[in-house]
Amino acid sequence: MNKTPILEKNINQNSKNRKYERIGNKMQDYEIVMGLEIHAELSTKTKIFCSCPTEFGGEPNSHTCPICMAMPGTLPVLNEKVVEYAVKAGLATNCEISRDSKNDRKNYFYPDLPKAYQISQFDKPLCENGYVEIEDDNGNPKKIRLTRIHIEEDAGKLNHNEFGGGSLVDLNRAGVPLIEIVSEPDIRSSGEAERYLRKIKSILEYIEVSDCKMQEGSLRADVNVSVRKKGATEYGTRTEMKNMNSFKSIVRAIEYEANRQIDVIEDGGKIEQETLRWDDVSGKTFSMRDKEDAQDYRYFPDPDLVAIRLNEEYIQKIKNDLPELPESRKARYIEQYGLSEKDARLITSSKYLSDLFDKTQEICKNPKITANWILSDISKILNEKELEPDKIPFTAEQLAKMIILIENGTISSSIGKKVIVELFEKPEDPEEIVKKNGWIQISDENAIKAVVQKVLENNPQSVTDYKAGKDKALGYLVGQAMKETKGKANPQMLNKLFVEELKK
Amino acid sequence: MENIIDLTVHELIEKLEKKEIKVTDITKAYIDRINEKENDVQAFVTTTCEEAMKKSEEIQKKIDKGEKLGNFAGIPIGIKDNMCTKGVRTTCSSKMLENFISPYDATVVEKLNNEEIISLGKLNMDEFAMGASTEYSYFKKTRNPWNLNTVPGGSSGGSASAVAAKLVPWALGSDTGGSIRQPASFCGVVGLKPTYGLVSRYGLVAFASSLDQIGPITKNVQDSAILLNIIAGHDERDTTCENRQKEDYTKALINDVKGMKIGVPKEYFGEGINPEVKQKLEQAIEKYKELGAEIEEFSLDIAEYALAAYYIIACAEASSNLGRFDGIRYGYRTNKFNSLKDIYRNSRSEGFGDEVKRRIILGTYVLSSGYYDAYYKKAQQVRTLVRKEFDKAFEKYDVLLTPTSPTVAFEIGTRSDNPLEMYLADICTVSVNIGGLPGISVPCGVDSNGMPIGMQLIGNRFCENKIIRVAYTYEQNTDFREKYKPEFKK
Repeated sequence: MNKTPILEKNINQNSKNRKYERIGNKMQDYEIVMGLEIHAELSTKTKIFCSCPTEFGGEPNSHTCPICMAMPGTLPVLNEKVVEYAVKAGLATNCEISRDSKNDRKNYFYPDLPKAYQISQFDKPLCENGYVEIEDDNGNPKKIRLTRIHIEEDAGKLNHNEFGGGSLVDLNRAGVPLIEIVSEPDIRSSGEAERYLRKIKSILEYIEVSDCKMQEGSLRADVNVSVRKKGATEYGTRTEMKNMNSFKSIVRAIEYEANRQIDVIEDGGKIEQETLRWDDVSGKTFSMRDKEDAQDYRYFPDPDLVAIRLNEEYIQKIKNDLPELPESRKARYIEQYGLSEKDARLITSSKYLSDLFDKTQEICKNPKITANWILSDISKILNEKELEPDKIPFTAEQLAKMIILIENGTISSSIGKKVIVELFEKPEDPEEIVKKNGWIQISDENAIKAVVQKVLENNPQSVTDYKAGKDKALGYLVGQAMKETKGKANPQMLNKLFVEELKK
Repeated sequence: MENIIDLTVHELIEKLEKKEIKVTDITKAYIDRINEKENDVQAFVTTTCEEAMKKSEEIQKKIDKGEKLGNFAGIPIGIKDNMCTKGVRTTCSSKMLENFISPYDATVVEKLNNEEIISLGKLNMDEFAMGASTEYSYFKKTRNPWNLNTVPGGSSGGSASAVAAKLVPWALGSDTGGSIRQPASFCGVVGLKPTYGLVSRYGLVAFASSLDQIGPITKNVQDSAILLNIIAGHDERDTTCENRQKEDYTKALINDVKGMKIGVPKEYFGEGINPEVKQKLEQAIEKYKELGAEIEEFSLDIAEYALAAYYIIACAEASSNLGRFDGIRYGYRTNKFNSLKDIYRNSRSEGFGDEVKRRIILGTYVLSSGYYDAYYKKAQQVRTLVRKEFDKAFEKYDVLLTPTSPTVAFEIGTRSDNPLEMYLADICTVSVNIGGLPGISVPCGVDSNGMPIGMQLIGNRFCENKIIRVAYTYEQNTDFREKYKPEFKK
C-alpha cells in the first residue's frame, strides 16, 4: 500500500550500517578525551542568598521573595551553610580549601536569571586541585583530577506553553545553592565518565550535602568531549553537551558525539567548538550555539558581598566532622564483615545501599547474608525497574525481619525471594506478608515425609537414576517437593528425608 | 511666632515637647508650602500629602491621649525616589520604573517608619542617580530655589532643592560620587555622605554598589547629626553594612576646633576652580584659623586619578546592576517585539535615558574580556592607592577641607549635552566615595550672583563625629542661614 516508509527505512538502515562499519574500523585509532562539569544542588534548608525554602516543587513562584525575584534595591546575604557544604565536598574530594575566596557576578540576559547576572565564583573558587579515584575500563584504579569546586546560585525555570500558551517564569529554583565540580580532561571512555559521575554522586550522598536526584535535576553534568588520534599529545577541539541528567543518556551522548567527531575528522572535516544539546528521543546532538556567539560574561567581583575568609580552625572542624567516606566503609566491610572486595565495592558505591546494609546487618546480625540479598535479588529488581537505590521502598527493619524469618525457619529462602518482590510492590511487615500469603514454612516432619513419599512414588525414574549414582536426581526430586508445597517446605528437612528414604 | 517652615527639625522637636505646636500644624505648614512652591521648583516625583496629613492626625490623636511617642513622631521628611517604599511608587526618575511599586520598604524607610516620621513624598533625581544636575530625570527638571534658571545639582537635586525651598524640613539623599554633597552645595544646605558601610543600602536601588551610601540633606549640621542617628546602624540584610557600636552623633555637636588639625589638599584648589569659590573657601580657612584650628596645606596627588577610576568602577557596577531592568518581571516593557531579544533590546532602549545608556555601555566595555585588566582592574588598583593616600593624610589630620564643587550651580541646559564636562564637575567629591570616607558639605557663602558655595569636610572612615564637629563649629561662628535666603529668582 504505502511503500514510502519502507523505502525510507531501508535507506536509513543502509546509511546506518555504512557509518557503523567505518567507525568500527576507525574507532580503535582514536582516543576520547573528556572533562565533566557537575552541578549539584546543595541540600541546605534555605536558598544561597535569601531565606526562601529550597524544597523541590511547590506552586510556581511560591518559594520566592523580593531578593530571589531580584526586586530593585535588594541585596544578597550569603548562607553560611552553603560554604560549609562546599568545603565538605572539597575535603571529601581531596581538594585544597581556599582561605581567601569571593563571589563574582557572571552577567548574561535570560528570563530565568532575574538579576541578569548569576552570583558564582570566578578566579577564587572555594576548593581547588582535588581528585577522586575510579576504575578504568580494565578495572585498574585511576585518579581523575578535579580542577575546582565553586559555589553559585541556580537559575529559575521557564515553562513553555504549559499554562495556556506563552512562556512563563518560575523562580522557585532561582537562588537554590549549587556547587560546580570541574574535572580535568582525564576521562577516556563513556564507562569512565559514568563511573566518575557515580563516584561524585556517592561522595556527595555520603557527606550529605546533596540529595543528587538526577530526575529532579539536582545533579546534572555538562560533558566536554574531544577526540584525538591515539598517541597524539595535543587535545582535539572540544564540544560541550549541556545539562545531562541521567547516566544512560550521558553514556549514549558521549558515544554518539565521539563517533560523530571521528566521522567528521575521517571525512576530512574540522570539529567546531560549540555547545550542544543532547536529544534523548532522536539520540543525536544538536548545536545550541557556536564559538561565534560565545558569550562574554563580564565576570567581576560582586560588590554586594564581602570576601569569604576561612580560618584553619573552621576547616579543621569540618574535616573532623566529615562522615565515613565510601573508601573507608569498603575497608571496614572487608575487614570486619569478611565481604569480598567486589561485594564491598558494589555496596559502598551507593550511600543508600550502604546505609541499608549497615542498618539491616545491625538488626539481623548477619552481614554476609544481608550483602547477598542486597547484591542479588534487590539489585536485580533495581536493574529491571531501572531504579536508583534511593528508590527502594522498604526499610532496613523490614529487610532484616525477612532475613530473621529465614534464619529462624519460618520461611524458606525461596519464599524470601517472593517476599522481596512483595516488599518492592507494597512495603509492609514481612511477617504480615508471609501470613497473608500462607507462606509459612512447613517444618513438621510428618507433613514433609508425606510429601516426600508422594514425590518418590510419582518419579520412579529419578529414584532409579539416583540409585544408579546420578546425584543430580536428588535435586530434581527436592525441586518437585518444593513445587508440591509451593516453596514452603523446609529445604534442609526435605534433603534429609529424601536421602533417608532413598537409602532405604 | 516664627514660621514653622523656617524652623530646623531640632527646633520643631523642642516646640513639640513644649506643646507650643502640634504635629498636624507642622504637616499642614509643609503641605501648604508644597502647594505654593512645588510648581516653581519641581522637586517631587510623587507627593503623598493626603496620606501624610492623615498620618499626622493619627499621631496628634495619640499625643492628645497622652501616649508616649518617640521624639520624631510626626516630623515630615522627603525621600529620594531611589529608596523603596512599600505602597508608594519608586521610580528612580526613570521611564523604566514609572509605575513600579516596591513590595517592601528599604531599611532606612523602615527606620523612619519606626520613628513615625511622615513622608511627604518621593523626590526627583537624575535617572538612576546618574548625573550631577537632576536634568537627567525622565519626569521633570528640578529648579534651584536660589535661581530658578539654574540646576539644583544632582543626583539628589530634588532632595536638596526641597530642603532649600522649605518643602520638607529635611530629606534623604544618596551619594555615589557626590550626589548628596554637590546638590547640598548648589542649594545652600547641609549634606552628609556617611562612611561606606555605616548606613544600610538594603532597598536603595543600586547604581554602584561599592560606592552608594544614603545620607541626610538638612538645613543645618545639627539636623544632619540627628538624622544620621536615625538611619545609621548594622543591618543583617546588607553584609557591606558594618556591625559597629552605635554612636550618638549629636554628641559631636561641639562648638570648638581648638587644636584640631585640618589638612587642605592643594590639588583641589588648582586649575578649573572658580575664583569666587576659591575666595570663599580661603575665607573659611581663615575663620578656622581664627577659631584655633591648625591648618596645613598638603599634597594629595592621587586625587586626579580618582575621577577616572570612579567612572570606570561606577559604570562597571551600574552596567551589571541595571541588567535586571529587562522588561520581564516588572518595570517598562516594550510593546514592539517578536522575540526575546526584541523584548530586551526595545524595553531597555525605550525605558532608559541617554545618560543611563551611556554609562551601561561604558561599564559593559570596561568589563569585557580583553579590556578588564586595562580598565576595571587598573581602576581597582587606583582605588587601593587612593585609600592609602587618605590613610596617610589622616595620620596627620583630623579632617580635610576642600570645595564641594569647583563651581556654583550652572544654568539649566548648559552642560547636559556635554557629558564629559558634567563628569569633571565631580572632581572634588568622587575621591571621598572611592576612599569610602565620610564627607559633609556646608554652605560657606555666596558668589556675586548670590549663588551658594559649599565647603566639603572629609573625615577618616567612621569618623563622622569629627566632620560634624568641625562643620558645626563653622556654622555656629558664621551666619549663612541668617544672612542668605533663596529668592526663587526667575
